Amino acid sequence: MMDMIMNILQEIRPECDFASSNDFMNDGLLDSFDMVSLVTELEEKYSILIDPLDMVPEYFSSVSAIASLVRKSGADVQN
Amino acid sequence: MKLEFHNKKISGIMCVLPESEVFFDDEISNYTFPEAQTKRLKSVMGFEKHRVVKEDTASSDLCIYGMEQLLQTKKIDKQDVCGIIVVTITPDHFVPHVSNRIQSHFGLSEDVLCLDILQGCNGFLVGLMQAFMLLDYNPGKKVLVFNTDTLSKKVSKQDRNSYPLIGDCATITVVEQDEAAKPIYCKIQMDGTQGDALIIPAGGSRMPCSTETARMKDSGDGNVRSLDNLVMDGTAVFQFVMTKVPPLIADTIEFAGITQEEIDWYIFHQPNMFMLKKLADKIGAPRDKMFMNIVQNFGNPSGASIPLAAAFNLGDRLTQEDLKCCLSAFGSGLSYGAMIMDLGRLDFCEICISNF
Repeated sequence: MMDMIMNILQEIRPECDFASSNDFMNDGLLDSFDMVSLVTELEEKYSILIDPLDMVPEYFSSVSAIASLVRKSGADVQN
Repeated sequence: MKLEFHNKKISGIMCVLPESEVFFDDEISNYTFPEAQTKRLKSVMGFEKHRVVKEDTASSDLCIYGMEQLLQTKKIDKQDVCGIIVVTITPDHFVPHVSNRIQSHFGLSEDVLCLDILQGCNGFLVGLMQAFMLLDYNPGKKVLVFNTDTLSKKVSKQDRNSYPLIGDCATITVVEQDEAAKPIYCKIQMDGTQGDALIIPAGGSRMPCSTETARMKDSGDGNVRSLDNLVMDGTAVFQFVMTKVPPLIADTIEFAGITQEEIDWYIFHQPNMFMLKKLADKIGAPRDKMFMNIVQNFGNPSGASIPLAAAFNLGDRLTQEDLKCCLSAFGSGLSYGAMIMDLGRLDFCEICISNF
């Protein structure tokens, strides 16, 4: 799942170096519109519906935080 | 505040659009963001095209154009009007008021109450509420509720957060007494603590306009705007709507004494497609019962969203049958409201394209 999320992030912001960032939001790699694009992609890829109240920066700060959001939203993934 | 209105109805809706359609694709180069990133928003948010007035057009011009159509086609009679309520955050001037401009233009009686209300996206429900109350003291008369905004003049063309979604528009809603009308249930709430989430910093008494306030600056997030421009904290507004509106809808449905299944249509304010999809899911409303197509066709027309969504999607149908509708809007203030009413059998429900 981590690789898939990283691929989606690179599609959304190809010019950004996500691997070097500890906090995507604070480092300016993602903004609120990117969150919307990312949520749309994640919902489609994992056939989930993300609760809009979970669309807060904490869930978008890192690949692992995004993965926890995907799991919380009911994705059936093992890793 | 919960309100219940009796013997009142909407009897007509006229929407007035600017002549000029501007396409999102043609504006992408105005923004500092990477083109691919901005283009992605087109499908997600529903950014396609929007309507923008000409440089010299004021908010009252759209209202007067629509009123002329109504008078010429004898859809209203000047003698029947007892009140003009104009809801806008982009008045022609601070003084005189837009409602007085309309009264003067059409030579309406000095007995006609003219009232401007400074409200944004929730302005349709606030305007209706005032109109219903005014009718209690003027039986047999009609109140005209104008929702008009030309926000294209207050939003920076280099602000990707706001400019792609704004749309200029005016609507005229005719409201009158009807002894046979079913009760209308309304709940309107205000939360001033989050007011700065939607703000035009300069132009009022706190910070008068000056050369300094007009200076365009990078806001730090890639958007370029001045203090004279509208600033929206999109994340704060989104979270506000998702937190506050679902319980508001549930409360209003309970107040009306109906079930959610009895609602034919959810006619909501039109901020963007993504927010409306999420809101429909959160409310538990079928997405196909909530209109989400105004932003992509016209832009977000502020307080005129609900009547424009009704006319665009239901149009003639609203002249023929009654439909149980849940109306809801939310925006500057911050303010949010819902209204449940039987909308239908209107004398007219139309959209016209002006020459502005």
